[in-house]
Amino acid sequence: MFGSGGDSGYKKLSTVNRRMFIMTAAKVVVFGGIITRLFTLQINENKKYLTLSDKNRLREWRLPPVRGDFEDFFGNKIASNLKVYQLHVVPEQVEDFRYLMIRLRDILEIDSRTFKKILKKKSQQKPWETLIISENLSWDQFAKINFYLHELSGAKPVLSVARNYPYNEKFTHLLGYVAQASEKDLIENEVIKKSHVPGLRVGKIGLEKTYENQLIGSNGIQRYEVNAYGKRINQIDFVEGKKGTNIKLTVDTEIQAQCNELLSDKAGSICVMDIYTGELIAMHSSPSFDPNLFLYGISHENWNEILNNPKKPLINRSLQGLYPPGSTIKPIVALSALENDVISTKFKVNCTGKTEMYGQTYHCWKDTGHGIVNLRDALKVSCDTFFYEMSRRLGVDRLNLTAKKFGLGEKVFNGTYNEEKKGLIPSTQWKKNVLGRGWVLGETLITGIGQGYMQTTPLQLCLMTAQLANGGFKIKPKIIYDKKNDSYEKIKSEMEKNRIELLSDFQQDDALVDFSLEKKKRDTDLYKPLYRNQENVKFVLEAMFASTNEVRGTSYSSRISDKKYQFAGKTGTSQVKKITEIQRELDLDISQIPYEERDHALFVAFGPYVNPRYALSVFVEHGGAGSSAAAPLAKKLFKTIIDRHEEREKIREKSLMEI
Amino acid sequence: MFKETALSGQTTFFQKLRSLDYILLVCILILGVISSLAMYATDGGELLYHTKSHVLRFIIFFIMMLILSFFNIRFWHATGYFFYIIVLGLLIWASLYGITASGSQRWVDLYFINLQPSELMKIAIIVCFAKFYHRAQINQINNFKNLLVPMMILILPILLVVSQPDLGTSILIALSGIIVLWLAGINLKYFIYSGLFLLISLPFVISFLKPYQKLRILTFFNPDKDPLGAGYQIIQSKIAIGSGGLTGKGFLKGTQGYLEFLPEKHTDFIFTLFSEEHGFIGSLALLFIYGVIIYRVINIGKNARSFFGKLFCFGFASSIFVFITVNMSMVLGLLPIVGSPLPIMSYGGSSMLATMIGFSIVMSTKIYQKQLIA
Repeated sequence: MFGSGGDSGYKKLSTVNRRMFIMTAAKVVVFGGIITRLFTLQINENKKYLTLSDKNRLREWRLPPVRGDFEDFFGNKIASNLKVYQLHVVPEQVEDFRYLMIRLRDILEIDSRTFKKILKKKSQQKPWETLIISENLSWDQFAKINFYLHELSGAKPVLSVARNYPYNEKFTHLLGYVAQASEKDLIENEVIKKSHVPGLRVGKIGLEKTYENQLIGSNGIQRYEVNAYGKRINQIDFVEGKKGTNIKLTVDTEIQAQCNELLSDKAGSICVMDIYTGELIAMHSSPSFDPNLFLYGISHENWNEILNNPKKPLINRSLQGLYPPGSTIKPIVALSALENDVISTKFKVNCTGKTEMYGQTYHCWKDTGHGIVNLRDALKVSCDTFFYEMSRRLGVDRLNLTAKKFGLGEKVFNGTYNEEKKGLIPSTQWKKNVLGRGWVLGETLITGIGQGYMQTTPLQLCLMTAQLANGGFKIKPKIIYDKKNDSYEKIKSEMEKNRIELLSDFQQDDALVDFSLEKKKRDTDLYKPLYRNQENVKFVLEAMFASTNEVRGTSYSSRISDKKYQFAGKTGTSQVKKITEIQRELDLDISQIPYEERDHALFVAFGPYVNPRYALSVFVEHGGAGSSAAAPLAKKLFKTIIDRHEEREKIREKSLMEI
Repeated sequence: MFKETALSGQTTFFQKLRSLDYILLVCILILGVISSLAMYATDGGELLYHTKSHVLRFIIFFIMMLILSFFNIRFWHATGYFFYIIVLGLLIWASLYGITASGSQRWVDLYFINLQPSELMKIAIIVCFAKFYHRAQINQINNFKNLLVPMMILILPILLVVSQPDLGTSILIALSGIIVLWLAGINLKYFIYSGLFLLISLPFVISFLKPYQKLRILTFFNPDKDPLGAGYQIIQSKIAIGSGGLTGKGFLKGTQGYLEFLPEKHTDFIFTLFSEEHGFIGSLALLFIYGVIIYRVINIGKNARSFFGKLFCFGFASSIFVFITVNMSMVLGLLPIVGSPLPIMSYGGSSMLATMIGFSIVMSTKIYQKQLIA
């Protein structure tokens, strides 16, 4: 066998020692490398890794933001938040999830469809994420849950807030409503995306949607230390969320409620406006629906009921409804004719009930005719024949300019309501561009009585009346009351200087009109005069007074003789269908005509006649004649409007004092 | 022929006791305390299972090491092949009847302990080679026969461990063996040739790797590609170490550790946890202790008169160094993640047993340093 001594042994030893020396040197180098690496990570890049480590261990939980309220001019909450009881379960913390769910199903009497939905939701989220079993427990259910709570480990009854509309259907079209944020909402609105939490409700339509960014508020934030599996270990920090901005509206709950009542069994719209400040007092579209239904996902039956209602509750008639204005346009036609010196106030026409022009017969609403009428009488009795002749002389293009100046054919709340429609005021240019055909003179005649191509919304008619009633000045309609921009004081002084004295007896010479203001500098937009000669405006207003307050006036039966409430108005009955000769002869009663073919009833008015302050428009879809279906509603409403005026001014003064 | 009993030296027991390397012993004890505290931290500051069993093992194996230290160096020399054959037998047993855990069949159930023979092989291969080269003449070392036998000795366990599959341990066994072969005096050119051969055959080797092993190597080159999957361990380990800074987050305050972002923090990633809590300074201290241990072991080897003792000490010091380096480089993101424990620090009975056996042979070399082996 081999020995280990001798020369060979020495050589062996020197080899191993030499190689061990090399090895040791290599070890020092490698250790040096490891120390360098440690130095790089722990000293040079320490900050970076500390941040990463914090990012690992800290998690934020966002709480749903509390939405701002809507209140009316008097401070009544019309959209607010209600405390609700919810039931939450964190699946991870439940020992036996199936057992708990079955117990809860029995206690809360959850139907099988909802139950399945909950289970499906559970399978889609992480086990430590909160599962909402019920978003709105009744008090009964809440009490029951608390009674059995010791057997239901893992179930947590929670107090939360949810949107509430205490006036139910009364403000639906004005406010809009909220529902669960959809994918689309998140894409369209950065603010919603930023503060989104599961189950967040956002505005879907109306003011709730338009003012989303102010209303939404900010999330409360809970900061937790979590472990690698995302389980919360302990709370580090809590930041309370901020409630969204409360928005004060110019509307009056009481008047709005009465509008709702007046239109309760009808389809239609009522709009009321302050003729100086442009504040919207009420705007209601009927039929309406209860927006609270949308909060927790509307049920199939409720949705079908809304969808299948032939009167179409989803349409906001005040803004979206386009209808021919009918005779309510006549004040503007008359003003246009006077302003353009087409006729004088003394111009007369003999009405025989019908007139032949351009090879066609044009009928006045009154078959027997009105006899010889002047302009004032024509407005008062709404004589169509007179307006045919006057429009023929005026021409559609000049009428178009005046109508547009007074707010027709333009969006009233531009940008506030997405659903608002523009309407249409025709002109020869328009017809050529859009329909590609030349204007036919006969069309001018029917345009002059608010038929044909012309289409307006009820709110436009209200604005038109307001801008006539304030003496012919442009106002900016508003629905949000902003204390800082309340131009009331300014407007009041302007009003004093500007008032046109309207007389109940028609005596042109006695009219006290101060024209001095016309020459003064004004805001370019606000309160800009829309007339050339204010005398003409005054003439039209006085004719409207006659229409309501003088015998033979179309809305005479709806007059109020008490000076405090006295108002002036103009009726309108707009045809849905062209009346055939046969029908004309039959002269059917309204109840004998199918609903869809009945005329629309309209009425525009302002009041009180002395020192006017409010204008309104009433529209009843397929309601028949304006004088019988629309004007009486205005009569009832004016009483409330005037009675509320004093209180309204008190609130305004108080609010202005607070600044 | 060499049937001498272990305790038949000429020196008295007290002389033997005095000639123990106390610096080495103290360093091992310090390491034991540090590792127990680190284990306590991984248990979230509670005296739980891992801490208890780690402390218990350390005490038992440390005492065992002391006792074995008094065995004559001739005993180790005499049992060198036998030791290797037993461990090889255990490896074969493991591959046939072993316990499977997390997809790898590595453990042998010995009723009182679940033994991982591949860990013991790390030491057995050194003992075996030390014995082989103790007898070999220097001019015959590079003979064909003397090259072939060690090759067989080395490749057999590696193949067994790879098939478990346990790539990490097999690489470490290979490294241990190769280092001893080189120290013993095998011509450098053979290493260069086989290195080149390995490089050429690498594509074939890779094609035999399991998908998860391929993924680990790919992940090493680009951990951010899949931060929640394969790259998770490297990324989280680097975050933990980096966030430790100069002085660390403090004992029991390592957030990465106690919030369970660190995977396998008891075993392969124990250094990560230690480094997070004790920072750069703590890590340097730990490296220093390891450095002292390696230095002492080399020193004992230098003073040994027997070639067996010398080669074993050099081989053991070098493989301890390799284990430390591979483990640290791995958690520092310098090497791909392969399972490799940090000696003494990591949780694991077999690894500690193997290391302690290694230390007892080193101690025995020290006590019997003047002893010649025929």
